Amino acid sequence: MLEVKQIEKGIVIDHIKSGNGLKIFNKLMLNKSKKPIVLLMNVESKLLGKKDIIKIENSFDIDLNLLGLLDDNITVNYIENGKLTLKKKITIPKEVKGLIKCKNPRCITNSDSYVEPLFKLLSKDTLEYKCSFCEEITKYEL
Amino acid sequence: MRKDVKHLISLQDYSIDEITEIVKLGKMIYDSPEDYSEKCKGKILASLFYEPSTRTKFSFESAMLRLGGNIIGFSDANTSSVSKGESVADTIRVMSYYADIAVMRHPKEGAPKLASLYSSIPIINAGDGGHLHPTQTLTDLLTIYNYKGTLKNHTIALCGDLKYGRTVHSLIKTMARFSTKRFILISPEELILPDSVKRFLKDNYDVELTEVRYIEEVIDEIDILYMTRIQKERFFNEEDYLKLRDSYILTKDKIRPAKQDMIIMHPLPRVNEIAYEVDDDPRAVYFDQAQFGMYVRMSLISKLLGGE
Repeated sequence: MLEVKQIEKGIVIDHIKSGNGLKIFNKLMLNKSKKPIVLLMNVESKLLGKKDIIKIENSFDIDLNLLGLLDDNITVNYIENGKLTLKKKITIPKEVKGLIKCKNPRCITNSDSYVEPLFKLLSKDTLEYKCSFCEEITKYEL
Repeated sequence: MRKDVKHLISLQDYSIDEITEIVKLGKMIYDSPEDYSEKCKGKILASLFYEPSTRTKFSFESAMLRLGGNIIGFSDANTSSVSKGESVADTIRVMSYYADIAVMRHPKEGAPKLASLYSSIPIINAGDGGHLHPTQTLTDLLTIYNYKGTLKNHTIALCGDLKYGRTVHSLIKTMARFSTKRFILISPEELILPDSVKRFLKDNYDVELTEVRYIEEVIDEIDILYMTRIQKERFFNEEDYLKLRDSYILTKDKIRPAKQDMIIMHPLPRVNEIAYEVDDDPRAVYFDQAQFGMYVRMSLISKLLGGE
């Protein structure tokens, strides 16, 4: 079995649905990070059968809201001195600021540089968000 | 930005009591306008029209002048700092120092909402793209209240383009809150009321919905007939348009079986969907409706400025 050593300090994004790891890696723009990063794919999991894992060393800075939009099975583990200090279960955010673009081309958020798009969750199952400005429904897709 | 400032962005933000108060005050102003001629003396309305409008702009400006107030503003985004790329947020922050209340029409949906987040004076949405036009709905409400004496328990028929008309959607959603008995939806198959609006009504209100294709089928059951324009560009081909167009033209013959106290409304401008011969019928109230628009805006302005 493929072995990857534990990290001393940083974040482990665990329980990523198999196949989503690379998409999340790209969405979080981890290719631009200067920190050591490992992406594990198709790892055996009791819970999911197979899962993906991302390990980021020496960083705690991650957008949990964005992760919630990407995959709500995820657990984020914070590691210090080789030990787990905090475990966070990710949930789908009820409110999203700035991460989604409104699909309505006539929405003010698509033309006024000052405003940051703001959305309220309409449906957890379909990931539908309602724009707080034009009320159009935008579906988030990974 | 002041959190205690009341704006009118959407009527959904207003309670039934608040809407009723605005409509009732509008009726009082209509009955004796002289009592209100100095209500807004010394106050300034900023009229911010980012796209052309005749009716709504003049209606607001006339309303403010009749309340004894003054007006500043622009009617074309090209003559304002917007043409230099200024954000609505910056424009309104500055206008907040110059005026006491602002009315905004904007081609982008949600622009008045954005302005309200950064404004220390009340903002009135005078139409944002195809999204909302709450003062048109208030106009319709005052018209109904004036002729029917109440906003409740009517059978309202809406005829024409029920798919794209923001006026229609807003009126339906607001009137549903006033215990409307029944909505009759008269439109060609191509322009029926969107499912989302129907679902909204069924999920939230105990109201009967009837869908028909022709006015003749239901004309004798209607209390309020709300006509809208069928736009040629909504059809895939001209043949379909021509086939349907005449079915949705209201004529003297078609309204003969209607109730004597039915009223015929239209948000204007009319093109050909109501024959000119209908104008003389006492049930045709669409020109008065435009007048009520001014009175309801007088009411709204004075309410938002805390004058009444």
